[in-house]
Amino acid sequence: MSLMQELVGRALELGVPLSAHLDITYRCNERCEHCYLDHEDHGEMSTAEIKDLLHQLADARVFFLTLSGGEALMRRDCFDIIEYARSLMFNVKLKTNAVLIREKEAARLRAMGVEQVQVSVYSHRPEVHDAITKIPGSLNRTLAGIRLLRSHGMRVNIANVLMRSNRADTTGVQALAKDLGAHYTLDPTITPMMDGNTSVLRLRVDGSDVSSYFHDPTLVGDVESFCAPPVPVNEDVLEGLPCSAGHTSCYISPYGDVYPCVQFPITCGNVRREKFIDIWRDSPRLNEVRSIRLKHLTTCSSCTHAGSCTRCPGLAYMEGNMRGPSSADCEKSFVRTGIVTAGMMAKEGRSAGKSGLVQIEL
Amino acid sequence: MSEKYIARSKAVAARVLGGEMMIMSAADSRLFSLSDVATVIWEAADGCTPLSEIVDRRVCAQFDVPPDVAYRDAEHLVEELATRGILSISTQPIAEAAAERPAPEAP
Repeated sequence: MSLMQELVGRALELGVPLSAHLDITYRCNERCEHCYLDHEDHGEMSTAEIKDLLHQLADARVFFLTLSGGEALMRRDCFDIIEYARSLMFNVKLKTNAVLIREKEAARLRAMGVEQVQVSVYSHRPEVHDAITKIPGSLNRTLAGIRLLRSHGMRVNIANVLMRSNRADTTGVQALAKDLGAHYTLDPTITPMMDGNTSVLRLRVDGSDVSSYFHDPTLVGDVESFCAPPVPVNEDVLEGLPCSAGHTSCYISPYGDVYPCVQFPITCGNVRREKFIDIWRDSPRLNEVRSIRLKHLTTCSSCTHAGSCTRCPGLAYMEGNMRGPSSADCEKSFVRTGIVTAGMMAKEGRSAGKSGLVQIEL
Repeated sequence: MSEKYIARSKAVAARVLGGEMMIMSAADSRLFSLSDVATVIWEAADGCTPLSEIVDRRVCAQFDVPPDVAYRDAEHLVEELATRGILSISTQPIAEAAAERPAPEAP
């Protein structure tokens, strides 16, 4: 068992939120077609409120802190917040489009000891990337930002969100990442809007595309292992947790709302009205999420994929039932193995052929 | 014997979990766990307190160990931690140490 696995296991045992994702703003300087956020400012937390929250998170023993948005750098106090988080000894990861990264910003991020910067790149071709962000020139500005970050020795992860419009460009973005000395992550997850609007799901790639990605060793590594038949379901599997959301991780919006995960929009409390630790420990909704074991899932507990499916409870919740299947993950399990899932059978196969994936890290 | 000064690196993250200090280096994303003694030394590594004083006042005060053994072990430990980028060692006080945790401000 690795030290990281031990750390996660200990956090689970102690009920510690080891990881927190904090969006400091929903405002953004891009208008990506797949984005699930409302970019208007409906009353973001102030600098002082965020610093107070960071103290609370440190006291709750959060170790891994992801700062994101919207575009986090749209806040003038973004670096002040990052610096403060680092003074509280968080491991900080910043998600940004890098458009606002100049020499000074890159140097400062490095000096502050930010562990990693994640940047979304949709294509190596400006006409494709800029059509997705709806900002002409955005790819060039993003790449300039990445180059500056790399020149200062920052670790950069390029997240390649996969959609119909850029599905032909994964190889190009991979090559670009290699050229820039950046890590590459394929992220095929398109999620409904926070308000439940599902119109963006039309951007998801088709099952045939997904199948080709799942059988590409440059993306998944050992294809035979990745696409192996499901593991047998036993008692241990059925007693297992669906995922870390609400167990060792949580998400906090710019307005102070606390959720189990950024993809799980069930409000569990607000840090403007209650202390974070009280929400974390006592929220009935969080405790409901935590009480769910695989054996409690209405359809998935009887599914042959139960032990190997990457079912997202947040996506299931957005489909109407946090104990139900996530059809996107059903489809992924099917494409990966060729074996129909219990969720698909329950829907009489109507959803087969569409896709919804998890991240593939390289 | 010249005095040694030690300073926590500014490029690490740290948190105590279940009584154990976990440290992650931003330079290479490696995760470390420190023993009780190493945790005491790391927390006291402010760049201006000599290692001998840290051993006398913190280590020997908290652990049942003779001072000469404690100092020898501490020297070995800080060299190992320095090799891993978790702290730095100098024969002079070090100005660039990671700051103490800031006090909460009123929101």
